[in-house]
Amino acid sequence: MKANELFKQKLEVINVGLHSFKESLDKTGFEALDVDWKPSAGGDVEIVEMLDKFEEIKQKIDVDGANKEALNRLLSSKPKLIGMGKAIDVIPGMKKNMILHAGPPITWERMCGPMRGAVIGALIYEGLAKDEKQAEEIASSGEIEYSPCHHHQAVGPMAGIISPSMSVYIVENETYGNRSFSAMNDEGFVKSLRMGVFSPDVIDRLRWMEKVFYPALDRAIRFLSSVDLKIIIAQALQMGDEAHSRHKASTSLLFRIIAPAIVRTTHDPLEVEQVLKSIDGNDYTFLNLSMTAAKASLDAARNIDGSTMVVAMARNGTEFGIQVSGLGDEWFTVPAEIPPNALYFAGFTKEDANPDIGDSSITETSGLGGFALVASPTFIQFIGGTPQDAINKTLSMYEITLGENNVYQLPFLNFRGTPTGIDIKLVLEKGISPFIDTAIAYKKPGIGLIGAGFAIVPMEVFKKAMPAFIKKYS
Amino acid sequence: MAVKGIIIKGQYYDSVTLMLVAQEATKLEGVEDVAVVMGTVQNKSILRSSGLLLDEFKDAVDSELLIAVKAGDEKDCEEGIKKVQELLTARKAASEESAEYSPKSIDGALKILPNANMAIISVAGKYAAIEAMNALKRGLHVMIFSDNVPKEKAFEVKRYGREHGLLVMGPGCGTAIINGAPLGFANAVNRGDIGIVSAAGTGLQEVSCIISNAGGGISQAIGTGGIDVKKDYQGMSFLTGLEALIDDPETKVITLISKPPDPEVLEKIGEVLKKTNKPVVASFLGANPKLVKEIGGISVNDLEHAALFAVSISKGVSMGDFEKEIEQRDAELKDKASELAKNLKVKQKYFRGLFQGGTLAYETQVLLKNIIGKVNSNVPLDPSLKLEDSWNSVGHTVVDLGEDEFTVGRPHPQIDYELRNKRILAEAKDPSVAIIYLDVVIGYGTNPNPTGKLVPVIKKAKETSDAIIITTVIGTDKDPQNKAYLMSMLKDAGAVVFERNASATRLAGYILKGLGG
Repeated sequence: MKANELFKQKLEVINVGLHSFKESLDKTGFEALDVDWKPSAGGDVEIVEMLDKFEEIKQKIDVDGANKEALNRLLSSKPKLIGMGKAIDVIPGMKKNMILHAGPPITWERMCGPMRGAVIGALIYEGLAKDEKQAEEIASSGEIEYSPCHHHQAVGPMAGIISPSMSVYIVENETYGNRSFSAMNDEGFVKSLRMGVFSPDVIDRLRWMEKVFYPALDRAIRFLSSVDLKIIIAQALQMGDEAHSRHKASTSLLFRIIAPAIVRTTHDPLEVEQVLKSIDGNDYTFLNLSMTAAKASLDAARNIDGSTMVVAMARNGTEFGIQVSGLGDEWFTVPAEIPPNALYFAGFTKEDANPDIGDSSITETSGLGGFALVASPTFIQFIGGTPQDAINKTLSMYEITLGENNVYQLPFLNFRGTPTGIDIKLVLEKGISPFIDTAIAYKKPGIGLIGAGFAIVPMEVFKKAMPAFIKKYS
Repeated sequence: MAVKGIIIKGQYYDSVTLMLVAQEATKLEGVEDVAVVMGTVQNKSILRSSGLLLDEFKDAVDSELLIAVKAGDEKDCEEGIKKVQELLTARKAASEESAEYSPKSIDGALKILPNANMAIISVAGKYAAIEAMNALKRGLHVMIFSDNVPKEKAFEVKRYGREHGLLVMGPGCGTAIINGAPLGFANAVNRGDIGIVSAAGTGLQEVSCIISNAGGGISQAIGTGGIDVKKDYQGMSFLTGLEALIDDPETKVITLISKPPDPEVLEKIGEVLKKTNKPVVASFLGANPKLVKEIGGISVNDLEHAALFAVSISKGVSMGDFEKEIEQRDAELKDKASELAKNLKVKQKYFRGLFQGGTLAYETQVLLKNIIGKVNSNVPLDPSLKLEDSWNSVGHTVVDLGEDEFTVGRPHPQIDYELRNKRILAEAKDPSVAIIYLDVVIGYGTNPNPTGKLVPVIKKAKETSDAIIITTVIGTDKDPQNKAYLMSMLKDAGAVVFERNASATRLAGYILKGLGG
């Protein structure tokens, strides 16, 4: 009998409730651990009822098996940068009059300031408009078709705007053959298109990227045949990156790989210098690759029947949306919130902030960013936290994930794999919402980055997804 | 000598981790050398110089992990490679830093304490069963301290435990001692060869303390909660606990403690007892001794006798010697009673027992019934003796202050002495009171300073009342409260001090009987 095995073991106790019971065990030299308990689903009756129904479904379909498969697909994906191309040429479903954006679907009328700013910038860049006023007219005329990056195997940080002429990275998931795309990071930490800025210098830089930067990178990648992004991210996590808001290490690693190839394939020494300086000078060069790698890996885990794993979390600055593996391409959305915990640049406050925006939360969805926060003590410092906060935040994400990453490891947690594979059921049951490292844009077009901090995924979005799951599988 | 190796693609480890893994794997018997490196040019040249660069490694790239093992033969090589892979996947989840993190769930806790084998659950009753089930499904034994667990949920939890051989102590289990660890309210007792299964919380404490104080020791003390031996729950926890003690080689004597179990449950206990030759001492307070004998147990009248008898068996003292000792002790009690009775006034007739421990309140009623007859109570032996108002004593009265009417919105009386202190002073003002009777339960989880809480009140009561104050202290010298100091201070304050409820109650009974009952 198991009780007799217990008598032979060292007693180790999990204490749920009165702290004094743990104290007694501490005093007598027995191992005990307190659970910071709160009622399941935070005592939310609606969620408790949902979870009861979910349990009934679990009797009928193999949710655990489906989740295992989804997680396995995510973990066994091997995203590699294989080349570059023009959005119109390579992104599936891209049209001449189409602009891709971050987050769930949205119309011009409902777009937030920074996204409008980026659309304006894209229209000027495409040569469709000569100035802001004309761009706004075209943008609102109905001629332009807006579509989420996510509907085209693509992702974009902040506004996430991809217009037809933009050059994009092509990432291929070697294991499953699917591809993903994203625009190049348009440097300008504060003033950049992704932050909603469309000033002449931003447009000029986009044009330079198209003429010089993109061809040079394209040649170099082709020369290398491919760049293994997963390995770079794994190493960067051990060098102070968390792969969402800090990319110093990954950008440097990329530089080491790609610089010789650029020198080899670009012949004008001035261009070589410009390109290398651009990569080196932009700590966010790797951000778009980190996101594209996550996207390629998560897309392989889509459409697993019966899986409750989240395959996308994305914001368009107006709404926050998630997609779930077992629920096809349906978005579950709620209004986006202004990140509650953030640090603003001098002269800006929460009043100036746009609600949460960008596809970059794809990194958290794949077990990076906020889920690997402990890897990046410097970033936690940037938003005023302590290393202990980072540890606790990362540890709490293990409670809502299906597994631990086999490649992405956290030195500070004894090389434990990052918490990976968000489960909507666990989120609801534990009442713990995923959190996201994020940049914050000014609420109106044209100003740009004003701070950084944490966004908490609104619990309501999971409360919308679960009934859909129950309905589909009942 | 053989060299074998494999290439693992798509995994990255830092070089320190890899070196540690290689070092660990080299310790395997038959293995001579192990290399675990990423396939960089530099690493490959190191492998070459140590004779570990296999042909298949030559085209390896930076992102590939190379594992090479040199050993006596191919089989040893394969063992070595397997070991390396195990070590690479092994995770040391509980780093020192994470100690400050409080997990939010049992699942989360298991990631930090992966070998946990017991969960103590003391959250509100409606949630307790859910958490208990979470723990059981992950193979943990549980103690459910919480009361008011919905009936069907409590049943489900107990049945799961019964079917899977897991201990489900509770709901409503206040105390247990497992592998020497005090769970809930428990005392620091000696370890030994006496195992206890108890459906009565303070009963378990009283018996384990008397055993320990008398020089015996406890192997395991398994609580079940009082409801377990009722018809609805069929003694499921009790039976599992009993079976575990029967199978436990460290347990030589088994002691069973409960209020009288439901007849069906008693029958089931009897079925289980058929499987053992171990001596089983049963104190089913107030139950017909014949019933116990029928199921193969040794029946004793009270907790004190249960404990002492178990110690006697454990130490090889004969039944005859044991009974002689009891008789002698009883004679001493009677002498003491007549001496104390001399100081009482004619008006002083009544017993007022104010209890921290539910089992002790029950035991005292059972024992007094045989000596002085009817005793009123908020937890009466017979419904006709139910106090109309728990807050006001009538005639002979026993009050269990751990009952719901006293604990709503305040801690248990073993922690919070205030309510009973007030009641002591109220009883002291009643000129018809002959004896104020108090149990003092110490140990883990209880009030850290019983001396400071109780002694001043006894002194004050003594100022206004001639009533005899009898106290019985439940605890051991190893408990965190200083028991010896407590007892000497109680004596100094003018109380009669015992360590066993049955003896103390008998003394009270004999005093009252001497007064004409």
